Amino acid sequence: MKIVIVDTECANLTSVKFAIERLGYQPVITDDEAIIGAADRVILPGVGTAAAAMRNLQRKQLIEPIKALTQPTLGICLGMQLMTAHSEEGDVECLGLIPAQTKRMQVGDRPLPHMGWNNVCATNTNPLLDNDTEPYCYFVHSYAVAKDDYTIATCDYGDTFAAMIRKDNFIGAQFHPERSGAVGRAMLKRFLENAL
Amino acid sequence: MLAKRIIPCLDVRDGQVVKGVQFRNHELIGDILPLAKRYAEIGADELVFYDITASSDGRTVDKSWVERVAREIDIPFTVAGGIRTLAHGRELLSMGADKLSINSPALMNPELINEMVDEFGQQCVVIGIDSYFNADSGEYEVHQFTGDESKSRRSQWQTKDWVNEVIARGAGEIVLNCMNQDGVRKGYDVEQLASIRRHCSVPLIASGGAGAINHFTNVFKQADVDGALAASVFHKNIIAMAELKQQLIDEGIAIRPIEQGVL
Repeated sequence: MKIVIVDTECANLTSVKFAIERLGYQPVITDDEAIIGAADRVILPGVGTAAAAMRNLQRKQLIEPIKALTQPTLGICLGMQLMTAHSEEGDVECLGLIPAQTKRMQVGDRPLPHMGWNNVCATNTNPLLDNDTEPYCYFVHSYAVAKDDYTIATCDYGDTFAAMIRKDNFIGAQFHPERSGAVGRAMLKRFLENAL
Repeated sequence: MLAKRIIPCLDVRDGQVVKGVQFRNHELIGDILPLAKRYAEIGADELVFYDITASSDGRTVDKSWVERVAREIDIPFTVAGGIRTLAHGRELLSMGADKLSINSPALMNPELINEMVDEFGQQCVVIGIDSYFNADSGEYEVHQFTGDESKSRRSQWQTKDWVNEVIARGAGEIVLNCMNQDGVRKGYDVEQLASIRRHCSVPLIASGGAGAINHFTNVFKQADVDGALAASVFHKNIIAMAELKQQLIDEGIAIRPIEQGVL
């Protein structure tokens, strides 16, 4: 199995790579269009700001190649937000793989960033998480995707937002499965091994 | 519901985990990797590795253990101690650290906070604050270079003002080490933490003083902190993680239960 982690030059590339390695696979971190296109599974990681990450993808001429992917592709945290049409963070056009909007979280007087372990409530169409356990997953973010028809898991912090989204072969997770203990491990294993 | 975090802190000196009392007289606890793995397995929500020699010695320390930790554990962890430059921060993040905690270098060069936030994102940048209650003046003072008794000294800042300053500069989280309480296991400084909580718009982590399970209960219920950091009570098995988490759950506090290894 060829697993590619897209080199977005963001900080959490290494922890995603190690998480995949713990499952017994050898992922490749690359920005090579041909290698990405030939992968069985693609992971789009990301931390930092949407504007900076989109600039990196633009500079590497990876926007069109990513849009053209047909294999299962998992966006993590900012990587999920990049899959949406637009992010308020830097007012930037994103990849538009899933017609959703990324907006600043409205949390009242709660602290931001939303940082820590929170319950994730999966829909019964979610291919990666069971829908009866509401497991705790690890989040770190201040922007989020609103719940809509493409939402396959939700989370509550001040307001309900999309913890996971999906359209066709593109799946996004706002939390960090690579840092979510046994739950994240099982989720990544399903992403790699199940037909999606 | 967002869970309150239980965060074991591993003070690192020369690649080993050590623990002192009120930041002094460090004794050896053990090797980093087995301790880190054990804490992740027994239900810690996050780990902090505090390289206590780095800032005060002014030297560059071997950080290869960061990558070894990142390979093994699947919970988030923060590296603290002696991070003075963007290049150094980038190296630690590329080794797999999730967050960087900056203390004395931020006091010397507050602009470093802005630079780190711009470069790595707010979520990566934690500010550690060593706060000392001066009974003579009645003020909470920020201290620096606390890793070395001979160099430890007060800064120009009062704690509340420094908290406001680092938040304005984009800090993503604050760890407040209450120095008077550190290592003596008499309870967190709930009064100070509650006072800081009221004007802290980012996650706030309590540090210093944990000695019994009810200290965690009190700091979560009375100071509403987002996490509680502790070292010796875990290293010396004074508090068992499973018992701590169950008791906090029984008290109605949102806590991530210990995983059973299944989805």
